[in-house]
Amino acid sequence: MIPAAFDYVVPRTLPEAVAELVKRGQEAKVLAGGHSLIPLMKLRLSTPSFLVDIGRISNLNYIREEDGHVAIGALATHHDIEFSDLLKKKLPLLSGAAAQIGDPQVRNRGTIGGAASHADPFGDFPACLLALDAELKVVGPKGERNIAARDFFVDTFTSALEPDEIVREIRIATPPTGSTGTYLKFSRRSQDWAIVAVAAQVTVSGHNVANVAIGLTGMGSRPLRASGVEQALRGKGAHDEDIRAAAERAAEGTDPPQDLNGSPDYRRHLAQVLTRRALEQITAHH
Amino acid sequence: MRRRVAVTINGTSYEHEVEPRTLLVYYIREQAGLTGTHIGCDTSNCGACTVEIDGHTVKSCTMFAVQADGAQITTIEGLAKGSTLHPLQQAFWDEHGLQCGFCTPGMIMAAKQLLDRNPSPSEREIRLGLEGNLCRCTGYHNIVKAIQAAAKVMAPGAEAKAPASVS
Amino acid sequence: MAISQMVGASIKRREDPRLVTGTGSYVDDLPQTAIVHMVVVRSTDPHARITGIDTTRAKEADGVIAVFTGKELLSEFGAPLPVTDCFVPTKKYPKHYPLAIDKVRYVGEPVAIVLASSLSAAQDAAERVEVRYESLPPVVDIEKAIEKGAPVLHDEVGSNLSYDVKFAAGDIEAAFREAEVKITQRLIQQRLIPIAVEPRGVVADYRTWARKLTIWSSTQIPHFVKVWAAVILGIPESDVRVVAPEVGGGFGSKIRVYPEEILTALASRRLGRPVKWIEDRGENTKATHHGRSQIWDVEIAAKRDGTVLGIRPTQWLDLGAYCSQFGTFQVLGMLVAQGAYKMKAFDGRAVGVFTNRTPTDAYRGAGRPEATYLIERVMDLVARETGVDPVEVRRKNFVRVEDQPFTTLLGLTYDSGDYRITLDRALQMVDYQGLRREQAEKRKQGKYLGIGLSTYIEICGLGPAVPTQAAVGVSLWGMSVVNVHFTGKATVIIGSSPHGQGHETTYAQVAADVLGIPVEDIDVQHGDTAIGPMGMDTYGSRSTALDGNAVHISAMKVQEKARKIAAHLLEAAEGDVVYEGGKAYVKGTPSKAVTIQEIAVAAFQTSRLPKGMEGGLEATTFFDPTNFVWPFGAHIAVVEIDAETGATRILRYVAVDDCGTRINPMVVDGQLHGGIAQGIGQALFEEAVYDEAGQLRTGSLLDYLVPTAADLPSFELEATITPSPVNPLGTKGIGEAGTIASSPAIINAIVDALAPFGVKDVSMPATPEKVWQLMHRNGGTKR
Repeated sequence: MIPAAFDYVVPRTLPEAVAELVKRGQEAKVLAGGHSLIPLMKLRLSTPSFLVDIGRISNLNYIREEDGHVAIGALATHHDIEFSDLLKKKLPLLSGAAAQIGDPQVRNRGTIGGAASHADPFGDFPACLLALDAELKVVGPKGERNIAARDFFVDTFTSALEPDEIVREIRIATPPTGSTGTYLKFSRRSQDWAIVAVAAQVTVSGHNVANVAIGLTGMGSRPLRASGVEQALRGKGAHDEDIRAAAERAAEGTDPPQDLNGSPDYRRHLAQVLTRRALEQITAHH
Repeated sequence: MRRRVAVTINGTSYEHEVEPRTLLVYYIREQAGLTGTHIGCDTSNCGACTVEIDGHTVKSCTMFAVQADGAQITTIEGLAKGSTLHPLQQAFWDEHGLQCGFCTPGMIMAAKQLLDRNPSPSEREIRLGLEGNLCRCTGYHNIVKAIQAAAKVMAPGAEAKAPASVS
Repeated sequence: MAISQMVGASIKRREDPRLVTGTGSYVDDLPQTAIVHMVVVRSTDPHARITGIDTTRAKEADGVIAVFTGKELLSEFGAPLPVTDCFVPTKKYPKHYPLAIDKVRYVGEPVAIVLASSLSAAQDAAERVEVRYESLPPVVDIEKAIEKGAPVLHDEVGSNLSYDVKFAAGDIEAAFREAEVKITQRLIQQRLIPIAVEPRGVVADYRTWARKLTIWSSTQIPHFVKVWAAVILGIPESDVRVVAPEVGGGFGSKIRVYPEEILTALASRRLGRPVKWIEDRGENTKATHHGRSQIWDVEIAAKRDGTVLGIRPTQWLDLGAYCSQFGTFQVLGMLVAQGAYKMKAFDGRAVGVFTNRTPTDAYRGAGRPEATYLIERVMDLVARETGVDPVEVRRKNFVRVEDQPFTTLLGLTYDSGDYRITLDRALQMVDYQGLRREQAEKRKQGKYLGIGLSTYIEICGLGPAVPTQAAVGVSLWGMSVVNVHFTGKATVIIGSSPHGQGHETTYAQVAADVLGIPVEDIDVQHGDTAIGPMGMDTYGSRSTALDGNAVHISAMKVQEKARKIAAHLLEAAEGDVVYEGGKAYVKGTPSKAVTIQEIAVAAFQTSRLPKGMEGGLEATTFFDPTNFVWPFGAHIAVVEIDAETGATRILRYVAVDDCGTRINPMVVDGQLHGGIAQGIGQALFEEAVYDEAGQLRTGSLLDYLVPTAADLPSFELEATITPSPVNPLGTKGIGEAGTIASSPAIINAIVDALAPFGVKDVSMPATPEKVWQLMHRNGGTKR
């Protein structure tokens, strides 16, 4: 189907884009890669009367390391992230997750800023950003502010962004030596959204787990941290039995949905299995 | 309200006034008259509309024509050089990699991206590279074989043996 | 016939150069001027009375030319949409018009049409058509549909029961008395959405003063559309031409006359302009018919040694909201449920009901996948219950080659086949005994390997004139015209209407062998009712057994005429002239030959023809075979189950198929690959899910899981060749065999893998969650 008619503007800078959003109010939506918005518009489930296309704003597509942080511009595509040498080395969790989003064509167009802003509870990046304690730099009419990932994802398709704010950059503290991560995703068909996925980042020091963060996809109306697992494992040995026991707590405090792809019980079980597998996979290297 | 969109498709310049809501696939099919790019779904799942924009494949049903303004676009019609098929087109023909042919243009464009990025993929890598393109006729078996065959022909240094090759 | 060169050769397809370059023309690609775009307003309510339709705001919208409702067009429908007997002549069914008149009965039912100067204008205006519904309770469950007090869909039928009929032979009571083992099992054939990658589409151009209606439709049946368009529109059939251009897959979903073919034609007649309608995928999942949607209950009588004495199956068929044109074709499943096996008694019952869901009709296999799933699950259930290996159960019950031609309890006669040879070869290919050892080893390690067999037979090649006339009202013969031109090149016109099957190539191979004309010089034309006599189109794996043989026969007729002309040219006695490799010569003197090119020239020069012979070198055939054809084979799936997630991975898929003579083995294998994939789709991925309110929950390709390349393995295929005795080429059908065989092979493999958990059945699709639940329903205890 063809979307309902709308008007369209292509700002060249972020302030211009914000000004357009301020001017148009609720009627306007931000268009980046379009892979969340355009399908909804084609089905006429979303009928914005005005689109602000930020796709041509320069200097928003980058992946670089600075001041002990990895900084990713909002317009970096899933493909950029999947193939970034820097990320493969420093944040394999993120590049690995990118490689599992949708399909190659979708990854060529979809952007990390768009994916974060869309706040899809089944999206792959939100759980990763949560596990990585990422910070989202957003710009609005009052200037720039930083929002921690744990505060950013509020509910299904709802982020902490105001309607006139735009994500500019995603910042993640460069993990220390000995820290690595992986994203394990379970779906019925390869191109699909996750039924459940687990984003795990673990810092091993000697034979102990110095730090661990587990993000969960598909276990609630927003990405969640498996804090029970984290507590159980932090400071403990990275032995199989420790991991097994900790992973059993993966579904604590979650509220997984019932849908065509899985029941809450099955999702809780998958969260445990995937958490254990992710932890085993990471610690196997040590 | 209409917008001017200027693109280059398969080396030819096009310029048209379109509504912002015009999807790129309709621009390619109706404005440029290139109907080899097909529409098979509403939800970016089937990949029949896959084209290449500035070196990256996209699903042209999930992009507005205005977003492509200024872009270099390659569609299935742009692959053959004169009467010589692109090695992928040739391989799909040789290996019976198509039946009804409807998904084929998108499938070949996806395969081209795959081989551009990974000239000697494993079977698993080929299958994953096609995950955005649905075919209902072939069970993908001969599509995989066709891409393996094309990879051999397109491999660096294979030109001498392969008259059909286009770099 | 002489040993040929082209039949049996895997030559490349002639269709492909245009298709790989994107220069083939599907309906949406046809050149168009002054075209009007049609959008169909569809019901959003599964069951409701229409209390009013307000089209005012839609008519006022930009670019809108007209809006029509069912009531406005009712007087122009000369007849309702067609329904054929299809094995159940006694069924009750309602009249069904292209647009709903006063009631809607499924989500997606056409309610009104909007015609506008652009597609976007038509879509915008369609949203402004206001249909007022008075909702009625929906019926969405096969069994509840016929409970007392269920809401009734069609007052003119009186209840939701369309038919309840028996198909029985032999003494079933005696079989159960003799039985040492009795098993009862329910098997689910979930509702499927066909999903041809090209959705449907129609362009209709009605020229009043020229008295010509041309319909271009993405259809499998242009010839039948021509007949019914004429009948429903009340115009002479001779005024109608239907063209199926490039068609992007069908799988049964384009086998019937659809409302939109009639509606575009009607609108074009009203507006005096060509009208185009292209289905979008959201419509396609609701407005194009669905497949399967059945429950099978079966009772089995068997002996401890694995001998099956008899079965008592009941097929509960969900017709959906109306009886589609071939809506009861799936009852064929009951007629062939005996499979490749002998038994003493069969006691079948077929029940058809109406529900508030999209009508069901043929989907790849249409009845035969259901039959095969039933009997192949029966074999494995008997194996499990008796402890006899599933291979041995099959061997014990097989129809033997010495029984051929074998007549089933219900009176169908198999044409040929030794079912042991395909099974033996498949077992060798997978190393069955080795696999069983590996399975035992892996189980000790907590890994679950499963081996699934499916030794199918299939009825196809529809078909012999008498039984097919009884089923669908016309005799489904094969049709061909072979015409050798003045220059010695040839045109072949066929009655089949391919949409991916490669007839342009394979039928050229058939004609090339007979005529000795190079394949490149033979053009095969199809899919246009203006170019030849009535054809019977393409479905049910019929084309090569019927039209392919018709091509052979017409070519033989042409060859015979060529030989006569050659004898005249050579001044020889007709009986002394042989025709071979495109040349005719007097026996023993091949050096003094006349070529087909020379003969063709003579055929257009009266003075060089034998006295009294008509000119031209052309023949037409309507081929009526003596029986159906019965391909068969053995498929083996090897799967591994992830015990923690329930995910199934297919490790190997091996198939040995016998479809008689293979005109082009490459094309045959391609048909099998796609067929197997579609059967795997049913076994593992696909299901049309409706909620209790009657809404389709899987209305897009996001939710309806067509498998991708990454979800499927490569397939290992081999063949045996047992030429069919019922047609001159010895061909059998192969378009549906893969689908028919693969679903039970996969499910048998999964159930086999889960045997340690006491699992005896898993319903399709065997989703990871379903498998996981079965493994853990007893707390994961193994038996």
